[in-house]
Amino acid sequence: MAAVGKTHATRWGVLNVVVVLYALFPVWWIAALSFKDPSTLTDGDYIPREWTWENYRGIFDTSEFTRALVNSIGIALISTVIAVALGTMAAYAVARLRFPGKKVLIGMSLLIAMFPPISLVSPLFNIERIIGIFDTWIGLIIPYMTFSLPLAIYTLSAFFREIPWDLEKAAKVDGATPAQAFRMVIVPLAAPGVFTTAILVFIFCWNDFLFAISLTSTEAARTVPAAIAFFTGSSQFQQPTGSIAAAAVVITIPIILFVLFFQRRIVAGLTSGAVKG
Amino acid sequence: MSTQAEPAGAPPPAEAERTGRHRAPLSAGARQERRLGWLLCAPAVIVMLAVTAYPIGYAVYLSLQRYDLRFPAQAEFVGLSNYGAVLTSEFWWDAFWVTLFITVVSVAIELVLGMGLALVMHRTIFWRGTVRTSVLVPYGIVTVVAAFSWQYAWTPDLGYLAELLPSGDAPLTEMWSALWLIILAEVWKTTPFMALLLLAGLALVPEETLKAAMVDGATPWQRFTKVMVPLMKPAILVALLFRTLDAFRIFDNIYVLTGGAQNTGSVSILGYDNLFTALNLGIGSAISVLIFICVGIIAFTFVKLFGAAAPGAEVK
Amino acid sequence: MAEIILEGVTKRFPDGALAVQNVDLDIADGEFVILVGPSGCGKSTTLNMIAGLEDITEGTLRIGDRVVNELSPKDRDVAMVFQSYALYPHMSVRENMGFPLRLAKVDKATVNAKVEEAARVLDLTAHLDRKPANLSGGQRQRVAMGRAIVRDPKAFLMDEPLSNLDAKLRVQMRTQISRIQRRLGTTTVYVTHDQTEAMTLGDRVVVMRQGLVQQIGTPADLYDHPRNLFVAGFIGSPAMNFLNATLENGVLRSPLGDLPLDDRTRQALERQNAPRELILGLRPEAFEDAALARGRERGRPVFTATVEVLESLGSDVYVYFSAEGGPVTTAELEELATDSGLRDTGAEAGQQIVARLDAATRAREGEPVELQVDMGKAHVFDPATGANLTHPASVG
Repeated sequence: MAAVGKTHATRWGVLNVVVVLYALFPVWWIAALSFKDPSTLTDGDYIPREWTWENYRGIFDTSEFTRALVNSIGIALISTVIAVALGTMAAYAVARLRFPGKKVLIGMSLLIAMFPPISLVSPLFNIERIIGIFDTWIGLIIPYMTFSLPLAIYTLSAFFREIPWDLEKAAKVDGATPAQAFRMVIVPLAAPGVFTTAILVFIFCWNDFLFAISLTSTEAARTVPAAIAFFTGSSQFQQPTGSIAAAAVVITIPIILFVLFFQRRIVAGLTSGAVKG
Repeated sequence: MSTQAEPAGAPPPAEAERTGRHRAPLSAGARQERRLGWLLCAPAVIVMLAVTAYPIGYAVYLSLQRYDLRFPAQAEFVGLSNYGAVLTSEFWWDAFWVTLFITVVSVAIELVLGMGLALVMHRTIFWRGTVRTSVLVPYGIVTVVAAFSWQYAWTPDLGYLAELLPSGDAPLTEMWSALWLIILAEVWKTTPFMALLLLAGLALVPEETLKAAMVDGATPWQRFTKVMVPLMKPAILVALLFRTLDAFRIFDNIYVLTGGAQNTGSVSILGYDNLFTALNLGIGSAISVLIFICVGIIAFTFVKLFGAAAPGAEVK
Repeated sequence: MAEIILEGVTKRFPDGALAVQNVDLDIADGEFVILVGPSGCGKSTTLNMIAGLEDITEGTLRIGDRVVNELSPKDRDVAMVFQSYALYPHMSVRENMGFPLRLAKVDKATVNAKVEEAARVLDLTAHLDRKPANLSGGQRQRVAMGRAIVRDPKAFLMDEPLSNLDAKLRVQMRTQISRIQRRLGTTTVYVTHDQTEAMTLGDRVVVMRQGLVQQIGTPADLYDHPRNLFVAGFIGSPAMNFLNATLENGVLRSPLGDLPLDDRTRQALERQNAPRELILGLRPEAFEDAALARGRERGRPVFTATVEVLESLGSDVYVYFSAEGGPVTTAELEELATDSGLRDTGAEAGQQIVARLDAATRAREGEPVELQVDMGKAHVFDPATGANLTHPASVG
C-alpha cells in the first residue's frame, strides 16, 4: 500500500466521505429534529441548539406509541421465527435433495417476491374481516411471513449450498449417529446463515407500511410505521413533527444496531441470495 | 444407511446427493428423498399459495362485483364493468403514467448511482467496513421514517433543504417538483440495495481478467464497459428486474410525502384510496388485479428479453 | 487393529451402473494396502463401502471377525481421512481431534491426554487451540491425520489424503504417513490416483479400472510383472513405451528394427498361441547408450535414434525420440492418456519414445545416438485382450 500515491488516497477518501454523508445525512437530520425543543424546531439547523428529551418523553407517555412499539416488535419477531423455520425446511430441500417440483417451488417464490402487495390488500382486507382476524397480530403476521418466505428461502438455500456436507460423512465415520452429526456438525455450520436470514426477514417485516395501515384499524395491532403516519392527522395546527421524529428514531435504532454489528453478514446474505439464487 | 431409521429432522444419508445423479426415478432411495423433499417444502408452499393465490383469485371475484362497503347489501355481479370504469377513468391513467415515470426514472438513476456505489464499496482502499455499514443504513431504515425525514427537509420554515430554495417555495405542493422529490427519496432508499446486488456481480469479475485487460492496453473506461459490464450482466439484469418491479409498487414514500395530492399518486396509492377512502371494494379489487397484470407483464418482458440471464433461469 | 476381507463385493447403483464389480481382497492385520486407478475406477466407492458410507450391493465385508455389511459407520470402528480433510470449521484443532473420542464418551482427561500425544507426534502442539481456517494446508492435513490416530481404530481409511498439498509437502507427508502407520501397525487402506504414492507407500497395491480389479501385488511385482497393458501403462514414471510389432520367426519387427526375442519369451508366446500382431512394451530403462555397453551387453540389438529432447537429472539422462509407425491405440491406453492429461498437452500421442540412459552418455539434442535394447526387460502384449504374454503365470 505504500506505493499508493497520496492523490489516490485522497480521491478514495473524498469518495468515501461522500458515500457516508449520502447514506447518513437524512438519518442525522431526523435525529437532530427529534432532539430539538419545539421552539427551535423550525430553525433548520443540523445540530440542535438545545438538546431535549422532551419529544421522547412525549411519545413514551402515550399508549399510541408504546402499544405500537410492542405490536411492531411482537409481530416482526413472530413472523420472522415462522418464516425462517418454514424457509429453513424448504431451503434445505432445495439445496440438498433431488425431487421433482423443485423448480416450481423456486419459480413460485420468485413470483411472490415480485407480487404487488397492493393486489392482496383488498382481498385480504375482506377475508380477514370475514374470518375475524382483521386488526389482530395474526392478521399482519400472515402476510408478513408469506412475503418474507421467498427472501428466506433464497438466502438460506444460498447459505446451505456453501456448507461442506462432506463433514456429515466425516462425523459418521468419527462415530456420530445421524442425529449427532446433525446437531454437532450441521447445526453449528448452518446457524450463521439462519441468523443472517432472520435479520433480513426481521428488517423486511419491521419495514412494512402498506399492510400495517390497511389491515389494522386500532391500536390493537397497528405497528409503529402506521402509527407514525397517524400522528400527523391529529391536529391541523400543531404539527406533531417532534413526536414523529422521535418515534422515527426509536424504530431506527434496531436497524442501526443490526447494521453496526452484522454488516458483514447482511452484505453476504443479500448478495449471495440475490445472485446465486 | 439402510440399516438404521433416520430420526425425524435428521438429514438424509450423506451419499444422497453424490449418488443422486445415478438414481433411476423409481428407486427406493430416490422415492424417499423425493418424499422428504416434498414434505419439507410443503409448509412453505401451502402458506404461499394460501396467502397469495387464493386471495388473488378472490380479488378477481370481487372485481366482478359491485361492492361498496358503505352499501354491502347492494353487492351484485356486474361483469367487467368495474374494469371498464377504471380503464376509462383519467385517475387510473394519470396514476399509471406517474408510476411508470417514477419507475423508469428512479431505476435508471439507481443503476448509475448504484454502480458507482458498488465500485466504491468494492475497490475502496480503506474504510471499507465503514462505507458498507453506512450504505446499509438506507437499505435497512424504515421507508416511512426516511420519507418523513425528506418531507421535513423540504417543508418551508422547517427543513434545511427548503431553506436553499427561494422563500415561500413549497416543492412538495407542486406536481413536478413533488414527483422529483419522490424519486429522490426512492433513489436514496433503494440505491444501496441495487448497489449490493451489483456488488455481488462485481465479485464475480476475476481480478486477473482485469489485470489482463490492463496489460492488453484497455483504459479504465474500456475495462469497465468491455470486461466488467459484460461479466456482470446477469447481476445487472437481476438487479434491474427486482428494482423495476419494486419501484412499480411504490407506495410508502408517496403516501408520506404528498399523500398522492397534485397528481402524484401511484397506482398503489389509487388502489388504496379506492378501498379505504372511497370504500369501494369492487373498484379497488379491479385496480388490484390490473396492477397484478402490469407487474406480470413487466416480469414477462424481462424474462423474454433477457431469457437465460433472468433469475428464474439461473436457478438450478 | 484387524484384518479386512472383501468377498465378491459389488456396488451397483439403482440405475444399473456397476461402480465396483466382484472385488476379492484380503487385507492382513497391519497391512498397508493402496487402491489405485484413474478417476471413476471405483476405488473411492470401494473405500466408502469399507467405511460404511455406501451400501454394499452384493458380497461380504469383514472387519476383524465380524461381517459389517449392515453396520453403520459409527459401529465399524474405522477412521477416515478425507481428501478435503473434512475438518469441522467451528471446532478448534483440539476439539476436532477429540471429537471421535467425545462421541465415544471417553472421559475428558483421557481425551486430552490422547489429543496431546497425537499432537506431539504430528507436531501440532502449538496449534491446538486454533481453528482450521487459520492453518496451512499441511497443518490441516496433519489435523485430519490426528483425528484418525487418536481413536486407535481397527483401520485407517484414507481417501487421497495428500492430493491437496503441493508437491514438496506431499513427499514429506508421504514419508510421515508411512512412518506413523509402521509405528502404530494399524491396518490401512489408502486410495490414490497417483502411482508414485502407490508404489512408495503400499505393502500391496490394488490396481483398479472401470470397477474391476486389474492386479493385486507388491509394488515391485506390479512393476516387473504387470498382468496387462493397463497395469503396465499405469505403473511406472515415465510410463512404459508401447510399440506396434509383428512376430516373425521369433523376431519382433518393430519401428526400432528387428528385435530377437529371448528363449523364455519365445516359448511363452508359442505356448499361448500368440497372434502375429503384438504390442511391445519397453520401460525407459530397457534402453542404454550403446557406446556405454560392456561385456555381455554388447550382443544386444542396437538402433539409431535422433534425440529430440534431452533431460538431465544428474543421476540419469532422459532422452526423447520418435519412432516410425503409427501410434499404439487400445482402449486401455486411451484411458490412461486421458487420465494423465496427455490428451490436453496437444502433443502427438503415440510414438514419442523415452529412454533412460546413464549420466555418462554423450547423447546431444538434435544429434543421432546409438541405443541398445535389453530384450530381457521387454513385455509383449496381446492387442486384443491386453494380456501380458511375457509373464502369463507369474502373477496370481
